Amino acid sequence: MKVTFPHMGHMWICLSAMLEYLGVEVVVPPPTSKRTLTLGARHAPEFACLPLKLNLGNFIEAAERGADTILMAGGCGPCRFGYYAQVEHAILEDLGYNYRLVVMEPPQKHVGELLSKIKYITGHSSWWEVIRGIRFGYQKARMVDELERRAHYLRPRESHRGSTDKAFKRALQEIIAVKHPRDLPQAGERVRRIMAGVAIRPRPVLRVGIVGEIFTLLEPFANHDLERRLGYLGVQTDRSIYLSEWVNDHLFLGLVRGLRSRKEACRAAPPYLNHFVGGHGQETVGSTVMYARQGYDGVIQLLPFTCMPEIVAHSVLPGLSTGLGIPTLTITVDEQSGEAGLVTRLEAFIDLLARKKGVV
Amino acid sequence: MTLKVGIPRALLYYYYLPLWRTFFEALGLEVVISRPTTKTILEAGLQNSGDDVCLPVRLAFGHVLDLKDRVDVLFLPRLVSIARREYICPKFLGFPDMVRHGISGLPPLIDPNLNLYRKDSPYPFFVALGRNFTGNRLAIYLAYRRAMHVQARYVQLLEKGLFPEQALGVLYRGVAEGQEPGGGGPAVAVIGHPYNIYDPYISMNLLSRLAGSGVRVCSADNLPETLVREQATRLPKHLFWSLGQRMIGAAWHYLQSPDVDGIIHVASFACGPDSLTGELISREVRRRGKPFLNLTLDEHSAEAGVVTRLEAFLDMMERRQFLPAGESV
Ligand code: SF4
Repeated sequence: MKVTFPHMGHMWICLSAMLEYLGVEVVVPPPTSKRTLTLGARHAPEFACLPLKLNLGNFIEAAERGADTILMAGGCGPCRFGYYAQVEHAILEDLGYNYRLVVMEPPQKHVGELLSKIKYITGHSSWWEVIRGIRFGYQKARMVDELERRAHYLRPRESHRGSTDKAFKRALQEIIAVKHPRDLPQAGERVRRIMAGVAIRPRPVLRVGIVGEIFTLLEPFANHDLERRLGYLGVQTDRSIYLSEWVNDHLFLGLVRGLRSRKEACRAAPPYLNHFVGGHGQETVGSTVMYARQGYDGVIQLLPFTCMPEIVAHSVLPGLSTGLGIPTLTITVDEQSGEAGLVTRLEAFIDLLARKKGVV
Repeated sequence: MTLKVGIPRALLYYYYLPLWRTFFEALGLEVVISRPTTKTILEAGLQNSGDDVCLPVRLAFGHVLDLKDRVDVLFLPRLVSIARREYICPKFLGFPDMVRHGISGLPPLIDPNLNLYRKDSPYPFFVALGRNFTGNRLAIYLAYRRAMHVQARYVQLLEKGLFPEQALGVLYRGVAEGQEPGGGGPAVAVIGHPYNIYDPYISMNLLSRLAGSGVRVCSADNLPETLVREQATRLPKHLFWSLGQRMIGAAWHYLQSPDVDGIIHVASFACGPDSLTGELISREVRRRGKPFLNLTLDEHSAEAGVVTRLEAFLDMMERRQFLPAGESV
């Protein structure tokens, strides 16, 4: 059995760590690229959202490297994501790929349901080992998130353009290289040291919150590397959901305490959006409210074209933006969205924020 | 003076009008329904809703605007779930909020949640709804009973082969039930969301156009719920959209039915659920080789284009009937 899974930002690092620790052979799809998108878009339904198309492309490219089993998350609606795996599987079947499909549905009651799926993949591991494997993957997720947060802070302040990214890449390699949980703490030390080496100079920065659909938030290919671009424009970003938070909320049912959770965001959404609408629609609205309260200078919403929960959120954002006085910008991505248009819109938005704050 | 409640002729109007209308009338309210879709109504909707919102919801904005100044309250239920472990579409969950923040100067919105995700009975919904108008629980209960009764009669009419507009005619305008046209023409199943296929303006008179060409037409709503659901269980995973469930179940049924010669799938441009259910349907139809037409509606669809494609589709069906079995066109 050679297991693959779709890309979503750095998720592959944690998943590979967990699976390989448990002795599963993993085929990581090649990094998502133009080719991935072309392959996926060619075979996916026209109005499927971008994540489905990229997933499909990942699976085709992983098959070329010998993968035969797909590990994927599921869902119970109303967002389409919950039916992705089945539709992708049907398409792959018609294309002649013989993939086995293992879908991890969000546990309805307890985490045991999730454990048993992972146990199925690993075959012979004991429960105890499975739990250790999950923890290992999760710890890596936490480390990667920390690293990203650090990079968000450093980029707008770095003395030499590009030094943050260079350090980030090196630090990421340190995390990737760890094969056993006992080596994590030392790796963490090294990562911190690497990042501390980035020279910064004090300067005023803008603070922008990024909200929206989880895949587009986490996958730089899908969002045209938004966070880096903003960093270079002198903006410190905060993302409303990081990988470890998402995993904790959706797969661990909030088992890990002390993390920021979707519940707060949802509580902040009324009166703009009074009900959950699937996906992260209500979180998007709520997080925007929270960013406004925390004095952020602006909020950017990211969504794939046709994403229903985010469209609902988008339609209440103008009222929210006026009501709370926080500028918002919505960016919709699909296979046609070009970089040039995005850059112009970003620059105009950042310009507006800078003038409003008086830091030009 | 009786209070006027406005019901937009949009979204699930075609499923639930008798239920809602009877309930309100039994409580002594006057029901005002927005006028049938026109260019003006659609354009008002387009202007007051976001660009990336789907056509049916934008149209619903238009119907809300049509009612805005003519009623005392607007009935915009938040349809979270109309069946166990199912939803409709995220936009139905957010619709009242979208309207509230998109249109100014609205009369009060009555937007109780209808959520049958974990429950079976819609009664609590009607209690919450009725409380807006009366404190008399017995009156609410009786209105609810009446409403459920009329709704059941409506569903019966649909299952006899009537379409919503005809069935509403029987219920409210004393039109005779009539007989199914029968005849020897080919039969076509039209599969699509009720707010697309039953709105003559939006569907560009699809149903009457087909009938006018001597085609016998049927839809998912002519099939009993149990049958549709049973068919849909053949999917690899329970489909969590009620409308998609109906569409897939009906498509599967009509695909196997020798009395149905062709299938037309009607989707909204950029509709989320349609993008997946439509894909599953068209893959299955291709495997089975029944004549199939996929129509995608948006505010720019030109009537001429639809007519041409429809004619080509009917031609193809006709040619098929004279070909020996197994041969494809
Ligand atoms: S089901 Fe499709 S057409 Fe209907 S409201 Fe949702 S996205 Fe729009």
